[in-house]
Parts: sequence; C-alpha cells; structure tokens
Amino acid sequence: MTDYETHNFDVVVIGAGGAGLRAAIEASALGARTAIVCKSLLGKAHTVMAEGGVAAALGNVWPEDNWKVHFRDTMRGGKMLNNWRMAQLHAQEAPDRVLELEEWGAVFDRTPDGRILQRDFGGHRYARLAHVGDRTGLELLRTCQQRAVSLGIEVFMECKILRLLQDSSGTVSGAVGFWRESGKPVAFGAKSVVLASGGVGKTWKFTSNSWEGTGDGHALALWAGADMIDMECVQFHPTGMVWPPSARGILVTEGVRGDGGVLRNSDGERFMFRYIPDFYAKETADSIEEADQWYENKTDFRRPPELLPRDEVARSINAEVKGGRGSPHGGVFLDIASRRSPEYIKRRLPSMYHQFKELADVDITKEPMEIGPTCHYIMGGIRVDADTAATTVPGLYAAGEVAGGMHGANRLGGNSLSDLLVFGRRAGRYAAENALGTPGAVTVDSSQVDATMQAALEPFGRETAENPYSVHHELQETMQSLVGIIRTESELIEAKEKLVELDERAAAVGVEGHRQFNPGWHLALDLQSMLAVAHCTTLSAIERKESRGGHTRDDYPTADPALGTVNMVTRLVGSAVTVTPEPLPVMPDELKALFEDGH
Amino acid sequence: MATRADGTETRGDGAVTTGQTASDRSPTVTLQLWRGDASGGAFRDYTVENLGGEVVLDVVHRIQAELAPDLAVRWNCKAGKCGSCSAEINGRPRLMCMTRMSTLDTTQPITVSPLRANPVIRDLVTDVSYNFAVARRIPAFTPGPREADGTYRMSQVDVDRVQEFRKCIECFLCQNVCHVARDHEENKPHFAGPRFFARLAELEMHPLDVLDRRDLASRGLGIGYCNITKCCTEVCPEGIHITDNAIIPMKERVVDARYDPIAWLGRKILRRPSPTPAAETAALAPAARTNEVISVEPRVPPGE
Repeated sequence: MTDYETHNFDVVVIGAGGAGLRAAIEASALGARTAIVCKSLLGKAHTVMAEGGVAAALGNVWPEDNWKVHFRDTMRGGKMLNNWRMAQLHAQEAPDRVLELEEWGAVFDRTPDGRILQRDFGGHRYARLAHVGDRTGLELLRTCQQRAVSLGIEVFMECKILRLLQDSSGTVSGAVGFWRESGKPVAFGAKSVVLASGGVGKTWKFTSNSWEGTGDGHALALWAGADMIDMECVQFHPTGMVWPPSARGILVTEGVRGDGGVLRNSDGERFMFRYIPDFYAKETADSIEEADQWYENKTDFRRPPELLPRDEVARSINAEVKGGRGSPHGGVFLDIASRRSPEYIKRRLPSMYHQFKELADVDITKEPMEIGPTCHYIMGGIRVDADTAATTVPGLYAAGEVAGGMHGANRLGGNSLSDLLVFGRRAGRYAAENALGTPGAVTVDSSQVDATMQAALEPFGRETAENPYSVHHELQETMQSLVGIIRTESELIEAKEKLVELDERAAAVGVEGHRQFNPGWHLALDLQSMLAVAHCTTLSAIERKESRGGHTRDDYPTADPALGTVNMVTRLVGSAVTVTPEPLPVMPDELKALFEDGH
Repeated sequence: MATRADGTETRGDGAVTTGQTASDRSPTVTLQLWRGDASGGAFRDYTVENLGGEVVLDVVHRIQAELAPDLAVRWNCKAGKCGSCSAEINGRPRLMCMTRMSTLDTTQPITVSPLRANPVIRDLVTDVSYNFAVARRIPAFTPGPREADGTYRMSQVDVDRVQEFRKCIECFLCQNVCHVARDHEENKPHFAGPRFFARLAELEMHPLDVLDRRDLASRGLGIGYCNITKCCTEVCPEGIHITDNAIIPMKERVVDARYDPIAWLGRKILRRPSPTPAAETAALAPAARTNEVISVEPRVPPGE
C-alpha cells in the first residue's frame, strides 16, 4: 500500500497558465472549492512567452470592428476546420474578458483618449490586439495570478499529475500525482477536473516551447478515454533558430528575408531558385541578378524566391536538409550579413539584432544564422463541447492549448491569449456547476493510486538500463524529421513503426538517484505523455491526405474539400490509438452568410 | 562597458566579456555545481566540451543529459521571461539562461550555487515559498468606478511607471541579494523585500486603484528597513529601477502619511474621508471570496 496524502475539492484545475488560472478564478467565484495543481512554480507558465497581444474586437482603434469580423478572420485563418461555435463564442466574449483583466489590474498600452490600444496582426482585418509592449502574456498571467491569490484559491505547485482517477462508470473523480520536490505521492479528489496543461512542443527537436510542453493533459485525457481531434494540425515556423543552443527555438521574423536575407545550403548555394513552383513562376525572379534588383525596384523586377509563401519555403528547407546539404545542426543558413551593411541591418531589424546579440552573442551583421522549422503551437487537442468545455469523459473539462477545435487547421496570432480567457472561464464555470450539482462526498480509490504510483517508480529498479534523455532525444529526432513541417506518406509510416519501438524503449528506461527533485525521473514519466501525443499526431497525419493550414503533405499538396468537413478523431481502443474521420459540426446558415457577402 | 588592464571588458553587471572565438575558446569547461540538500552538500566538478554559443543553462542541461541525470534545477522558458533559473554564478545572482558562457572565463572552473537567501531543497533548487507567502499579504488591486461609457480611462504617461514595475518576472534575485533578509532570517516575518516594495509601488501609483497601502508598507512589510544600497536594482534582469522608482517614492509616501504635521492637523480639522487603510483589508484578503460573481454575459446573445 502506498502511503499518500489526499486533498478533496469540488474542482481541481491542472495547469496554471492563462487558461488554468482563469478557470480556477471562475470556479472559485461561483462558490466551488477550487484548487490549482501545476508542474512548475506559480507564475512561470508558458503563457509568459506570448508577445503579440490578446485579440478582441473592442473597436477602440477601428470602430468598424465587431465579433462577426473577428469570427470570419478566425475561421478563414483556420481553413474552416474550426468548430464554428467555439470561434463564435470566442469572438463574442473576448472583449469582455479583456475589460475584466483591466478591472483586475492589468495595464495595457493606451490610445490617445485613454482606452486600451490595439495593434495590427497577420490575418486580422482590423488592428485588434490589446497589448503591453511585447510582454502581453506576462501581463495576462500575472494579472490572473494576482487575482487567484486574492480569491484565496489553493495552489499546489511543482506537482506532476500521472493519471486521472475515475469511478466505475468512467466519471472522473480526481487525479493522482507526486510532488516533484519530494517524489511523494498525492491524490486529489474532485467532482470536476479541468485540464489546462498547454502544449506538446517538447515532442519535437526544435521548438519554442519550455520543458513543460510535454502534452501531459492530452495524454491524461486520452488514457481516461477522451476523444482528441485534429492532432495533425501543428503550427511550425519555417525559420526558427537551430543553433547556437542559447538561441534555439527563437523565431526569426520574415522581415529578415524581406530586407535582403537569403537562404543558403552547406555549399553556399542560394538554393531557393531550384524550388520555384509553376504556380508562382510568373511572379518570381528566376535569376540572382533579377532577384537582387527587386529590393530597390519592385515594379520592374519579380520577387526573390526567398519570399515565396511559408509552406513553399519550408518545403525547400526540408528538401535541402534531407538531401544532405543542410547546416551542421540540421537547418540551413539565413544570410543577411554578407548582403547588407551592419548599419542597414541594425536600422531595419533593431530588435532582431539586439535579441541575438544579448541572448546568443550572435552578430547577425557579421555571420549567417542557422535556421530550420520550429514547432510552436498545436491547434488540435482534446475534443470539447463548445459551450461548456466538457470533454467526452464525464466530469472532465479542457481549455486553452490542450483543447482542440477553436483554431481549426491554423491559429491566428493573438487568438491564443483570448482563447485562454474565453474558454478558461467557460471551463471553470461549467466545472463548478457540475461539481455543485453533484451530491455526496468525493472518494479517492486507493487501488488506482497504488497502481499508478507503483508503475511510476519502476524506472528506479532499472538503474543500468537506457537513460530517458537518449530516448527523448530520439523521439524528438523522429518527429522532427518524419512528422515535421512537411509530411509524406512513406515517412509517416516509418515514424509510426519507429514509435512502437520507442514505446518499448521508454517503458524500459532506468533512472539514477532518488525520488527527491529528480529531473531524469520526471523526464522518464513525461516521455509517456509525449509518446501518446506522437502517436495521435502521426496517425492523424497519415489519415489527412491533403494539405490544410498547419498540416502540409508533400504527396497531397492541395486542400481536399471532402476532408475539410471532417475532424480526425484519435482515441484509445484497448491499448492502441485509433483514428477515425468524423463530421465537423455544421455552421448555421446565418453565419455561413458572413462568408458569402463579398467580405 | 569598461576595459580593464588585461584587455577584457566588464559589463555593468560585473560579468567579464572575453570576446572569445572558436579558436581561443578553451576546449573544455568545468562547472562546479553545488550538489546536496537541506542536510548539507558540496561543490562537485563537471567537465564537458566547450561548444561555444551556449548560456550557463545549456551547459547545465548537457551535464544533466550526460553526467548527472538527477541534477535538480528549475527552468522554464530559457529566454529570460519566466524567472525560474535563478542561481549564483561565480557568486553573483544571475539567470542561468541569460548568462552566456562567452562572458565568463572558461579557463577557470565556474561555480554555480543555489540562491543563498533561500533554504535549499536539492542542488540548485531552493525553497521560494517565503515570496508566495508575502504575495498573499498584499491587498489586491481595487479599482474605483468605471467611466459613464463603461470604460476605464488612463493616459499612457500615467501608466508608464506602473508598467515598469509590471515587467517583473519574479526571478527573486532582488529578494536574494537584499541584505536585510539575506543575512537576517529573523527579519523575514516583517520584511517583504524589494520585489514586493515594487508591487506595492505599482498598486500605489496605479491611476485606478483606491486603496491606501502606505501603513501596511511601513508597519507590516518593513519598508523602513531598506537603507537604499541599490543591490536589488543592480541584479534586476529586467532593468527595473527598484530603488529609485519604487522604494524611495514609497518611503516618501509613507513619511508623508505618518509624519507630516500639517497633513496630520489638516486631517484632524477637516476630517477628510481617508482612503481605506489596507491593513484592515489585508487581514481579510484571503477570505475575500464572497458571493461575488465575476461572470459577465456576452455582449451578443449566444447563437445570434
């Protein structure tokens, strides 16, 4: 029998980023006894990394803006694969969520008449992003954190959740995990559990995500029997830094290419000229001489091929790396240093220059950057009811990046922070209502706690076995090269087979030392979550035989209208993940009309 | 930057820039990491290849992956935005993710030790719960009423200063370096530390906030203990002017409230309604979970 402590609540929220905090604030305000459980310290969640802003049709800068325009932008950005109702609720409620933050102490940048300033962003028709310089995520997180503290919500920090607890009918009754500090087990009894655990980036080699982005919530839901949707829809940025390590994962703006930066392979060749698709041939320069004149004279000359659309650039980089002509660390070179004067670069790209100098001691005026496709965000996730954020498992709710549907096949910048607030609140509200409407006391089933903890401790008995870091490394390599930004059937099948082998290796890893704050052990357990995510993504990617949004198939380069009406649903059947296409919710006619009236 | 006699340069934070390139970089680097727990510990040497282009946290990660898989260290964003990876590098409180190896002399061993002002949990991980306890003692932001049109209006110039304090990433380096608590554990129960003086200043200077926290700053949170040595400002990775812009103005406000005889007389005679003293609400703060419902209905009915 495992000796463990137990804490009982009405609502337990797993994750303390924007969505988790917002859910807890709502549940607590509605009178539910609420706790937050998080893997790091409070206030450190990946939400702090969001720079751009919160998208909300406040209409402070453009009075013409309203929820219908925001809704349309979001659906179009998502290539119409979004859950229409989520996109609608999101666009309708985001302004109130932003104003509420201000009431809790957030200090957004101001318009001249003293209201919240809004900025332009890609895919948004009007300047719509409420922001605080380039640290909007921190402002949002700190505001919600301070609000949660003032409401007296209990926060259990540095606690890793291993499994959800369920009663005999499958209804969620809590969660079991351990304190990272001591390695000792802890059980939470709850009438409702909200998953708000964020993303999955650590499954790939190059990512902008922190160590926490291991897909824990995705895996917990999957193991509890929940449906996942569209896990193939992952957002990659074609030009993230792959070297040096201090800058790995930082995204390099397209502006570098717009201002004269070119892509080169290991032979120094400006390779993009070999990859101009017929579709763009008319408007793209086919010689270095012509391309180089475009920067000065955009009317008489055609655009350089470095400025082809994002997926074309990504495809070309991918082909060079796979053809053995990549940079030493698995990317290609982005060179502006040899093409523009240091003064010009510093004037045109001041923040890029300073960021690389400060963080990596890379002088972009003197040396080329090593860049490659970088995993940034997952649009797919746990299938939820749009209004209530309820998953397909009773008592289980999900919000934020861990939930799927809101962003369809591609997410617009700024829509993530607003997503956290809108659906964080909804998840908290309906989780609280469910808990308060469920009579009786919560009970924790000791046998589930025992079994979970026993399995978690197994790596300690295998000290001479393979180290979890090497299995993680290989998983990342596999996903990066075979299930990365550009995909193809044969490679996906290869990945699927490789994952089976990695499952076996991950189940046999050994860890050294003892249970107290042991990162090797934590990684061994996080690996299980990452592998669950990897299976879902790979299977869905095989099944979606088209290119749409963040999912690009080399062997099916265009969108297939028939596949645009289905979600790829992954779920656990027995011990295996299966994938099934299932129809998308159908948009009502009055909303469909928004896409037909010439806008 | 200043150039020293030996040709190396020092930055404002005291780190040495050697300007080393691949050719003159030492082939290996030795990190002396403090390993241990509450019962004690010692520095242990870990020598790895010196790859170049790394920050201290990158090297710590390689040591974890290759030599010491159970090495305990906190980190999250690795981009200087979350404030998790605070440690003392060659004795100086720094963020490991923002300290480039090229700024350190890699021909000598580099020490990395846990923040000294906090109790050690294990290796580089310390107990920072004191900070979370202090945070709970500060009464929340309390806005006045909205404008007639339902908005709050504030000018950018009026919120610039508040935004400076809100840049804080809660790395707690300032808390670690403040000698009031660093060498005097007994001061902690009645001393909030620089991070929270900045938080108090932020609330005090917020154009919409109506609560008065000056008495709390003085009596409960010990702002008077600070004797303005500016150690906190020096280590702040966000460059927040904690001493000049937060602590000194707060000290002045506290003095204004408590010791100005004319203001005191004025209050007695004119009996101006004074703002709610925060000390009263402070005690209530955690219990402030009343029946308040925060939900705001959507502006447009669902389904429209």
